[in-house]
Amino acid sequence: MSRYFDEMNGKGEGLREPYARIQNWLKGLGPDQVHKALGDAEAIFRKQGITFAVYGSGEASERLIPFDIVPRVFAAQEWRRLSLGIEQRVRALNAFLHDIYHRQEIIRAGRIPREAIINNAAFVPEMMGLDPARGIYSHIIGIDIVRTGDNDFHVLEDNCRTPSGVSYMLEDREAMMYLFPQLFAQQRVAPVEHYPVMLRSTLESVAPPACKGEPVIVLLTPGIHNSAFFEHAFLADEMGVELCEGNDLFVSDGWLYMRTTQEPKKVDVVYRRIDDAYLDPLTFRPDSALGVPGIFDVYRAGRVTLVNAPGTGLADDKAIYSYIPDVVEFYTGERPLLKNVPTWRCAEADSLAYVLDHLAELVVKEVHGSGGYGMLVGPTSSKAEIEAFRAKLKANARNYIAQPTLALSTVPTFAAQGLAPRHVDLRPFVLSGDKIRITPGGLTRVALKEGSLVVNSSQGGGTKDTWVLED
Amino acid sequence: MQLTIKHITHYAYDTALDYSIQRLLLTPHSFASQSVKSWQVSAPGMAQAMQYRDAFGNKVHLITSNPGSGAYDIVAEGVVEVRDVAGVVQGLSVPVPDAVFLRQTAATLPSEPMEALLQGFGSAARAALPFLHELMAATHGAIAYETGTTHAHTTGAEAFAQGRGVCQDHAHVFIGLARKAGVPARYVTGYLVADDVSPAAHAWAEALVPDLGWVGFDAANLKCPTDHYVRVACGLDAAGTAPVRGCRRGGTGEHMSVEVRVEMSQQ
Amino acid sequence: MLGRTAGSQFWMSRYVERAENMARLLEVGYRISLMPGTIEGHRDDWRSTLLSSACAYGYDRKYKELTAENVINYLLFDLDNPSSIKTCLMTARNNGRSVRTAMTRDVWESINSTWNEFAQIKPETVSSARLPEFLEWIRQRCMAFRGALLGTMLRTDNYYFSQLGNFIERADSTARILDVKYYILLPRPSDVGSDLDVQQWGQILRSVSAHRSYRWFYRDSRYKPWLVSEFLILREEMPRSLRFSYQWINTALQGLSNLYGKSYECHTIAEQTLASLKQGDMDEIFRNGLHEFLQDFITANGKLSQSIATTYHFP
Repeated sequence: MSRYFDEMNGKGEGLREPYARIQNWLKGLGPDQVHKALGDAEAIFRKQGITFAVYGSGEASERLIPFDIVPRVFAAQEWRRLSLGIEQRVRALNAFLHDIYHRQEIIRAGRIPREAIINNAAFVPEMMGLDPARGIYSHIIGIDIVRTGDNDFHVLEDNCRTPSGVSYMLEDREAMMYLFPQLFAQQRVAPVEHYPVMLRSTLESVAPPACKGEPVIVLLTPGIHNSAFFEHAFLADEMGVELCEGNDLFVSDGWLYMRTTQEPKKVDVVYRRIDDAYLDPLTFRPDSALGVPGIFDVYRAGRVTLVNAPGTGLADDKAIYSYIPDVVEFYTGERPLLKNVPTWRCAEADSLAYVLDHLAELVVKEVHGSGGYGMLVGPTSSKAEIEAFRAKLKANARNYIAQPTLALSTVPTFAAQGLAPRHVDLRPFVLSGDKIRITPGGLTRVALKEGSLVVNSSQGGGTKDTWVLED
Repeated sequence: MQLTIKHITHYAYDTALDYSIQRLLLTPHSFASQSVKSWQVSAPGMAQAMQYRDAFGNKVHLITSNPGSGAYDIVAEGVVEVRDVAGVVQGLSVPVPDAVFLRQTAATLPSEPMEALLQGFGSAARAALPFLHELMAATHGAIAYETGTTHAHTTGAEAFAQGRGVCQDHAHVFIGLARKAGVPARYVTGYLVADDVSPAAHAWAEALVPDLGWVGFDAANLKCPTDHYVRVACGLDAAGTAPVRGCRRGGTGEHMSVEVRVEMSQQ
Repeated sequence: MLGRTAGSQFWMSRYVERAENMARLLEVGYRISLMPGTIEGHRDDWRSTLLSSACAYGYDRKYKELTAENVINYLLFDLDNPSSIKTCLMTARNNGRSVRTAMTRDVWESINSTWNEFAQIKPETVSSARLPEFLEWIRQRCMAFRGALLGTMLRTDNYYFSQLGNFIERADSTARILDVKYYILLPRPSDVGSDLDVQQWGQILRSVSAHRSYRWFYRDSRYKPWLVSEFLILREEMPRSLRFSYQWINTALQGLSNLYGKSYECHTIAEQTLASLKQGDMDEIFRNGLHEFLQDFITANGKLSQSIATTYHFP
């Protein structure tokens, strides 16, 4: 029996139902066809300019994220169960943010220590008392979920700030439909291409009270040098909204406008892909040249909606993560449907002692890190690496949390020597506005290196199309 | 005491200003011991100003203008009546949970040498008021009042290390240490008429005393605010409570000067 | 439409046009360097290439000596040179990238692949022998870009702004080449009519790919200063002439005023310039000084560019 749950073959007990047609298809696929398909896929992505920037590598810094042609498949029933958990969690995260930026009942109730919130870098006190449209703070959440068994899903991270990757989800599907149309004729795969329409509906539904008529929406990008610029341009185009840089927007007499070739045009909703700190030099970092001076004041006055709201990072902060099951229970009155990964907070002496004793088995992460940088994966690290990390951990224990290494599920993936199991995670995209909309599936990231558990694109991860089969 | 205040901020630039946006925290509130009889702010773009309350309940004006070349003034003026209640602030609504004022900012975060100061005091938890008076005295003693030794972005820890500073620095040190000891504390801006110096824009701290409420502490002058103080705005630190904070395009070589005139009359 | 989008369309086209013009100037420089002549002649010819491309100042700041290798590298690959072909293609592509949703896929792929391929090329692999082939490749790619643009873009504001950038650059380049060659390279009256003189006028025509069309148009194989000047300034048949450029500029501006329902100062400037070119008379231009005429034109052209940027809120 395999140590890992394989989404096609289980733990050795044989083919799982959702993959029946995939297996047949793979059997009939010759090495030449595979080779050609992989080449075609790369050509499609390159032509589209679907690249991400790699920091610190000079001119040739735009790269493709590798794509694997074997899809990752969920049965309708599996997905329904998972969706319920996702929706519950997303409702709770928004309720949590609303509470934190108003009466802070959860602190008064003693369910989260005051210190974890008040002096958290991701807490934005300027948001206190502000009432965003429909009470929604995080309109777009990308929850990272890993699977360890047939019915075992764990949330690894709640991305509540400006989650990216949705363009890969859409382009992966485009590529699959182009390369293997017959697969889609054989079975009904829930469509994802309406995501931009759903996103636009969500953005329209949270127009500020001051907006009369059809809201004007823009997407605010840091510009072409941002690693996710392709996605910004792609989404703006698909939604039919202007792609703005900070300089394209300005505040005049208390309203937000964009600079056009004619008269300035009033803007109602800003889907911003700029971090909180750079959003408005008048309120946040004064040296920011990417943001729009005064945009936060206009937001505060209810004349524009910022998506996502500033300060939503609190809900996906690694120091808060371990409290989220309590958060779900506190605001929904229900037992959480999705599990967390057990987490040791190194700030607590007992936990730290345990972590230091078990470094070789654990994953240790920086509380404020992201993208897979600055972490220790105990089981795949050398003795020297572990000892070097131990010193870092001891010097600044508050900065770390630790988790067991999870037995991430695998999906068959084309490697140099042929089909082989590789570890995956899942990032479904969840939209909150007038209602909650969940894309069927999401982005599956795959660790292409044999045995690797790190799926981040910056660390050599790739992507797969993700299917939810319809009944 | 009735105070008639005129606060002028004068701006001039070497080259023309294409666009200017400014946030003004220049309007005082009335509360139990302070009554604003009349108040007005004038500035370019004021007629179209956007008004709102910020997170801490301050009255904010956001103004934008294209002043072009030439100098301009922002003037805040009015009449305020103040009673001496030993610095206790009552009847003022600051719409955030008190705990938010435990948040340290870059300007207030205490350094280790600063924290050492707390060793000699009694417990803030058991007796907040004596603790805060001790803290005010210690802060006053640790930083000699000397203008020109610090600037707008100096942190409390930096001022503490050099032992010199102005009211902003005293307030930052006091606030940082009060928060460290678990006492919510906030930064306050306003005006002060002292007997021996000319009236000026001023800053001090307020700290939360159980059973008493928020109380002002002016470590620079080693006393709690009296009827010579007019309270305008509060926040977490100086940067977030600046009377005028702005951004501009064009307009190199900014020259700014501030003038405060106050007339006092007993009721 | 965002002012920045308009600006990016304008500058993308302008930089592609500049890259193409630079490739032509380099071709001419290279051609002359192969011709028999005095050593001094060689040196002057590379200098004239630097002058015609308005890159002499920057070059002199960077290099003490005038060598073919340095000039070619400076004009082709040097990112410190704001007009090198590499800078032009990179700037054009970055402008395009920031507004790629405002252009057709053909236009985007044209500029994107040109840049991607150019960026791969190592300067040391472009030997002297390979230079003509390489320059021709650049010209072809620039023309393919323009073809994609003309063939696929909707005739709305995006298109008009790209045309303005294209033809303001072309007019500027043609005027500069004519002025530099005429004013700086032919100072001595004794040279007029000499072999050198004829050769110089031939170069001017080559720099704008017009040596054949000149012969065809005037049915004359001798390059006459008067006719060459007329060809490049006043003839509407000649696609790189000032008049031709201004006809396109006026058409594009007219398109914008129809679309937006408003005319501005830039419309007046462009109409006046076109009117003076239509009524222009070569005798009079030579009488009052060709150099003065071209200098005035270059200034007015720059003013138009400035006025368009302000009117339509380029960043």
